[in-house]
Amino acid sequence: MKKTIDLIRERIRDGNARVVTAEEMPAIVAELGEEGALREVDVVTTGTFGAMCSSGAFLNFGHADPPIKMEKVWLNDVEAYGGIAAVDAYIGATQKSATREESYGGAHVIEDFIAGKTVELRALSTGTDCYPRRTITTDLLLENLNQATMVNPRNGYQRYNAASNSTDRSLHTYMGLLLPNCGNITYSGSGLLNPLANDPHFRMIGGGVAAFLGGAPGMVIGEGTQHSPAGGFGTLMVTAEMKAMSREYIRAATMTGYGVTLYMGLGIPIPILDIEGVRATAIRDEDIVVDVVDYGIPARSRPSLRKVSYAELKSGMVELNGEEVRTSSLSSFRKAREIAGVVKTWVEEGNLSLVLPTRAIDSLKSAMPLRETVTGPRVLDIMDRKVIAIREDEEIRAAAQKLLKGETNHLPVIGASGTLVGIVTTYDISKAVVSPGRATLVRDIMKKKVITTTPEEAVDIAVRKLEQYNISALPVIDREKRVIGMLTAMNLGKLFGRWLK
Amino acid sequence: MKLVVTFSRKAGKKPIIAQVVRDTGVLINVERALIDSSEGEALIDIPDESCAIVKERLADLGAAVRVLEDIITLDESRCVDCGACISICPQEVFSFDKDWKLSMDEKKCVLCGRCIEICPHRALSHKGEG
Repeated sequence: MKKTIDLIRERIRDGNARVVTAEEMPAIVAELGEEGALREVDVVTTGTFGAMCSSGAFLNFGHADPPIKMEKVWLNDVEAYGGIAAVDAYIGATQKSATREESYGGAHVIEDFIAGKTVELRALSTGTDCYPRRTITTDLLLENLNQATMVNPRNGYQRYNAASNSTDRSLHTYMGLLLPNCGNITYSGSGLLNPLANDPHFRMIGGGVAAFLGGAPGMVIGEGTQHSPAGGFGTLMVTAEMKAMSREYIRAATMTGYGVTLYMGLGIPIPILDIEGVRATAIRDEDIVVDVVDYGIPARSRPSLRKVSYAELKSGMVELNGEEVRTSSLSSFRKAREIAGVVKTWVEEGNLSLVLPTRAIDSLKSAMPLRETVTGPRVLDIMDRKVIAIREDEEIRAAAQKLLKGETNHLPVIGASGTLVGIVTTYDISKAVVSPGRATLVRDIMKKKVITTTPEEAVDIAVRKLEQYNISALPVIDREKRVIGMLTAMNLGKLFGRWLK
Repeated sequence: MKLVVTFSRKAGKKPIIAQVVRDTGVLINVERALIDSSEGEALIDIPDESCAIVKERLADLGAAVRVLEDIITLDESRCVDCGACISICPQEVFSFDKDWKLSMDEKKCVLCGRCIEICPHRALSHKGEG
């Protein structure tokens, strides 16, 4: 059996269409079977509400008198992109305020506009014959703008990998606070309610399809940026008018230590035309599996700690390395459910018209990494190859002499097997001299926990270690833990000239 | 019941809390403590019925005591029920109810402040505290 979109539209018009949310669908299919569910259900609605950084809006301010070509534009001190026509700008959600840093950003400007608050526009221009004015400052309400069209390049991830952290220090990430030693797991997405999880082959979701966005009726434009459906990570580009949005379904947020983001509500109705559509929308949380990714590894390909389903994540507790670890959702399932409910009402009342995609979305492609034509500096490019080290069984006095003679502040300490076992600094030695105890040998005063780097490590990663641990030198070690160089704050000067021009 | 105990250490390093445990026989749970060479502040948890006797004995030993109540508050107009606070709270104050609404058990809170710092929507704050 197959149904047509026209039949479903007719049923909606007649008021006897059966519209259900994606959360209700698994039970319906279990009860009626696939054929039964196909006969019974006409539309399945979806919803999600979570952090979607790749969001923003095109704004048209109208012309001033005398007119200005706004080249640099700020809204409440948040820079908007002004490199388009004279009084158009794009405000991006993650742009930070020039004055308030991460506590206020583009997302907050968007939320303030929607909440009916005044936003200050400030713009600069070099002045032209047709646009002589050079500066402008004015207070605006959303209703004063000709258009405020939200166009979000990447929303509605099909699913998203969960996050944890195997290092011994807390990490502030876009996946929230990750406690040390895998102390928690965070995740995002509404699982079985996620729009794309219910149409993984992009049969019913595509360009031109109606969508709920931030409380407004909107539309799917097409595939989102970084769309990668081959691995189950499809995305959507979506649009809607900000004037019809509600603060209930769009909210600015700050991921502490990371930056500003925008929580977006997105919902899409999926007409059920065939058995495949029934099967796709019968998806359960148990069926949606993601990796728990270790954000402690600062590389593009972060290792997976284990596979986990949304059902496990939503249970609040996941086993990791033999321990029960608590989970935190970063998106709101309550809101996602509410949105699927609103979309259901809109479809039933005929306020969201159902159409087939006018522009199909590729369901097989994979996102590519960045092609890098210039490799950034690595530790081996700038490290000190002359290593002044000391053995752990030497006297503290010998260490002091080496520090003086070597004009250095850090001595890596070498053990009997020739490998790194500790580090002593001028500070450690001064301390030993000021309060002499029983310590006589280097091993008595050395720090045993040494933060190190490797010759192949990117300098930016090594610099991050210097900052995080508030230290000024890193021993460079090979695979056998032998010290082959030192990277100190002084070496960073070598970056100028060769890499930073 | 939670009590905030502040004491000076200028007169010597007296083991005040240990002394109170021994004198009253009440088992005191120290949930948070910040003690340096001149003064100390401790957040302790005791059974409600022992409150009077513990307070009295602490006061005898020169400590200032106040009861800690309803210290963390949630601004419902800001909270979106995301749950970012759930897994980072050392005291398991937060959880979802059956409708995925965030619920709080304020009594468990020891005022570490971690949730206030990380709430993406700045919906959590101290009530009546600095």
